[in-house]
This record gives sequence, C-alpha cells and structure tokens, in this order.
Amino acid sequence: MLGYILKRLLYAVPVTLAVSIICFSLVQLAPGDPLTVVLPADASQEIVDQTRARYGLDKPLPTQYLLWLSNVLQGDLGTSIASGRSVSSEIGHAIGYTLSVAVLACLLALVAGLALGLVAGYTMGSPMDKIASATAISGVSVPHYWLGIVLVVFFSVKLGWFPAMGAGRSGQSLGDALSFMILPVLTMAAMPAGIITRSVRALVAEKLGQEFVTALRAKGMTSPHIFAHVVKNAAPTALAVIGVQMGYLMAGSILVETVFAWPGTGLLLNNAILTRDIPLLQGTILVLALIFVALNLIVDILQPLFDPRIQRA
Amino acid sequence: MTVSEITLPTQPMRSQGYWSNVWRKLLRDRVSVACMIVLAVIILSAIFAPLLTSYDPAIGSVVQRLKPPLTDGYILGTDELGRDMLTRLLYGGRMSLIMGILPVLLALLIGGTLGTVAGFVGGWTNTIIMRATDVVFAFPSILLAVAIAGALGSGLLNALIALTVVLIPPMVRVTESATTQVRSLDFVEAARASGAGGLTIIRVHILGNILAPIVVYATSLLSVAIIMSAGLSFIGLGTKPPTPEWGLMLNTLRSAIYSQPLIAALPGVFIFAVSLSFNLLSDGLRSAMDMS
Repeated sequence: MLGYILKRLLYAVPVTLAVSIICFSLVQLAPGDPLTVVLPADASQEIVDQTRARYGLDKPLPTQYLLWLSNVLQGDLGTSIASGRSVSSEIGHAIGYTLSVAVLACLLALVAGLALGLVAGYTMGSPMDKIASATAISGVSVPHYWLGIVLVVFFSVKLGWFPAMGAGRSGQSLGDALSFMILPVLTMAAMPAGIITRSVRALVAEKLGQEFVTALRAKGMTSPHIFAHVVKNAAPTALAVIGVQMGYLMAGSILVETVFAWPGTGLLLNNAILTRDIPLLQGTILVLALIFVALNLIVDILQPLFDPRIQRA
Repeated sequence: MTVSEITLPTQPMRSQGYWSNVWRKLLRDRVSVACMIVLAVIILSAIFAPLLTSYDPAIGSVVQRLKPPLTDGYILGTDELGRDMLTRLLYGGRMSLIMGILPVLLALLIGGTLGTVAGFVGGWTNTIIMRATDVVFAFPSILLAVAIAGALGSGLLNALIALTVVLIPPMVRVTESATTQVRSLDFVEAARASGAGGLTIIRVHILGNILAPIVVYATSLLSVAIIMSAGLSFIGLGTKPPTPEWGLMLNTLRSAIYSQPLIAALPGVFIFAVSLSFNLLSDGLRSAMDMS
C-alpha cells in the first residue's frame, strides 16, 4: 500500500513540473512585449533596460523559468496589472467562493447521481430508467452557462425566490449567504450529476448480472442486503468520478461565475481576460491546474482503500 | 468530461453487409433517427440561411429593439439592437457549428495520426507521445482552452487553436489503445510474415479496423466541442460582434434577461439541441456497432 502511494506521489512530480512549464509559457504565448503594460509608452531606453533587468526578462528563457518557479514556490505569483495587488492575495480572496460552490455542487451531484443511477440500474428498461437516463444525458449535454441563465430567468426574474447575481454583503446571515449560492450550485451540479448517474447505472446493471449477486440470492439473502452489496460496489466508482469532477467544476466555474457575477476564481479569470492581465491569468490558471492535479492524486490514492482490487499499476 | 476508452466492435468490420447492418439498426432506433433529423434541419437551415430570411443578421433598427416573439414581421422577436432573432439564430448556426465541428476534425486528424504512430511503433516513440498527452490531460479541458485562448487574445483562429489542442489528447489515447489492441492480432502477424510493409499494414489492417470506432468516438467529442466553443465566445474569446454566434448572442442578450427573458435564453436552446443530438446519436451509433 505504502509503495503504491509513493509511486503515485513520484508520478505526480513530473506532471506538476510540466503543468508549471505550460503555465509559464502562457506569458510567452501572449503577443507583444510584456513590458509595454508596466511602462509608459515614452519611457527612455535606459528605463526600459533597467525594468527588463529588474523583472529578469533580459535572461534566457530557462533562467527566467527557474526564477519564476522559485518565486512561485515562495508563494509569489507576481502582481496583477489591473489592480496592482499581488496575484496570490487576489486568488486567496476568490478561491474560497469557488471552493464553497464547487463542494456544495459536488455533494448535490453525488447524492442525485447515486440515487438516479441506482434507480435506473435497478429498473433497466422501465419507464423509471428512461426518465432517469434522459435526465442524465440532458445534464451531460446542457451548456451550463445557458442552464444558469434559464435558472435566473425562472427563479429570480419570474418567481423572485433567489437573488440573480453576486454573493451579497459581508456580515450577512448564513441563510442570506446560502440564497446567493443556490442557483450557481444547481447549475454546476448538472453535469457531474449526469456523469455519475450514467456510470452508476452501467455499474449496477453489470453488478446485478454478476455471479456474486446470484450467489447471494442462492444463499437466501434478501433484496435490501443485496442492494447494500451493490451500493458498496458502486460507491468507489462514484467517488472517483466526483473527485475528478470537483477539479473540472473549479476550473469550469469560469463560465458559471460569469453568469452569476460570483466573485470566485472564474470571475477573476474573466476579468484577467478582459483587461489582458496576463500575470493574473497565469497565476489563477496555475493554482486551478495544481488543484486539479492534487484532486486526481487524492482519488488515485483513496480508491484502493475503498476497492482493494485496484492496487495495481 | 470525456471517457477515453473504446471497445472495438466484436464482429469483423470488413465482413459483407456490416455497414448496411449498422445503418439498419440505427434507423430502427427512434431516438437516433430523431437526432439525425434535428441535426439535419439545423445544419441545412444554417447553410441556406439567406434563402430562409430576408433580414440582414448584422443590421437592426433601434426602434424595433427587443420586440417579443410573434411580433409583426419578427417571428422570434428582435434582439437588444433590434435585429431579427430568427435571422441571427440561423446565421449564428454557421459559426457555432463550424467552430464546434472543425476542431474535432482537426483533432481526429492530428490526434489519430499521433495515436496510430504511438501504438504501431511502440517503444520510445510511444513513451514520448503518450507522456506529452498525459501533461495536457493534467489540465481540465475548459481551463486549458481558456488559458490558451486567453493568452493568445480573442479571435476565431486563436479559439480554434485552443479547442483543437484540448481535443487532441483524448483522440491520441483512444487511437493508441485501439492500435495496440489490433497490432497484436494474428492477421497483422500474418501480413507481416507475408512481406507487407509498415505503411501497408497501418493502412489496410490497422486503419481498416480502428477508423470506424474512432470516428464514432469523435462524434461524442462534438457535443463537448460545441459547448466549449460557444462558451469561449460567451466570455469574449472567440467570435466578435456583430458576427452572429449562439454563445456570443447569449452573452450580449444578458442585458435583456429582465425585459425579454424568452429571447435572452433562446440561443442556448440551439446549443443544447445540437449538443444533446450529437451525444444521443453517438450512443446510438455505439450500440448499433456493438461497441457499448
């Protein structure tokens, strides 16, 4: 077990480095001299050279990368061009908002996906299964930014139940804070719920056809007990799916947060794109990508605990 | 977002009547037929948009702003600049469909080639191609697309590049695993023993067996690509106004969400319909080809 964990951890090192290299090259991808945004257009050549040296931009690319990496490891992601504040504090401020919505959306997706998937798998071919499967594929196919708009139209504009935008004021009650989160959470939960439903449905159908279920039945086990066995067998898959989906949710939140003006990392990215704030773009992408890598790693490490058969590779 | 494993069909694809059999099965599936009809109608109406409407998608009249659907002369109403919604939805389909389908075709071509080479050659070539693929997989696809398009700056070509880069890795993985499965089969060994060259084996034996399942896999990516490309336009990284495009229309119509909610939500219906149809059709194709 320990060897397996070590192997996964070691494998994550080159991946993390590669992710950092890609994030570093985002600045190189951006057209134009990065200095033009910090310096006035009529800056003298001397000042240009000085600034270039100060940012380390006169050095060869590999040296620049190492400089950048050592800064990143010390928690310094650079300075936002638009706001003048440090990128890490901007992200630190926003990430809590993204995380809370993503966690709630994952919980909702896990519960809804497991329930729908179990119902569909148990009643394969019945009208119940058809309804559950249709819901699931709609969840997978729906453009979530549009789903957000539809929910706003319905619940905010027509019914006036929930606020349409923002996260409210600081110091508001928990109930008020939650009311701002309901629509973004519903929007974000649709796709992972659909994916979990589809995988659990396939899994349940497969398990029900397997010998151990027949054997349990032959031994006289009642349906509720068999159900418990099937759930136990389906849970690791659902957990693995939700782990990876959590990363997708945090990254994919850019579109949903734009719809709801939710002040998380997605809105940060959106502002970075609008103002061409490359350091902010780079830092946010790096943090979100690293979270995704970490979540994948956690799923890989946790899965054998739930399902000992996976201890391979 | 995507599952990167496919099962090869259980029966030989070259056998006589295989394709007519698949087609017959597909036509018997009512859902697949419905999807093909929906897609055909949307694609054809985008192509023949100028014949179906007399309005110009880029020109509106300020006095006619945000008219509700079924207003005289405007079947689906008008948008925030007084342009005919139906016209813009029809023309908008052109850009949305091209920007959804083209990246998948490019990824199929590039990723399929890389995957076939990796699977067939093996060894170091395989290691290099597959590890590079792993790195791209370390990013959630939408994040990488936003990162690339965001760094390159908005514009159609940049969005196309971003989407293609994101869609290549799943194509490489699927093609590589299929090629590796086929490569070790007896008939490839037999072909090699009877003196066939590498390229001939790839063309006849490998591609002959994996091309169809891989194209089917690509259809499932179409759904993702349509949502992502419209999503890029939605956040201002793709189509620029006044060109009509469904994602961009959703964005500019957000100001109308209180006054004309129906119109504000309309472009998304088309993205959803296309994405859902591609997904369901891909499911139908899989089961018709015994791949599920």
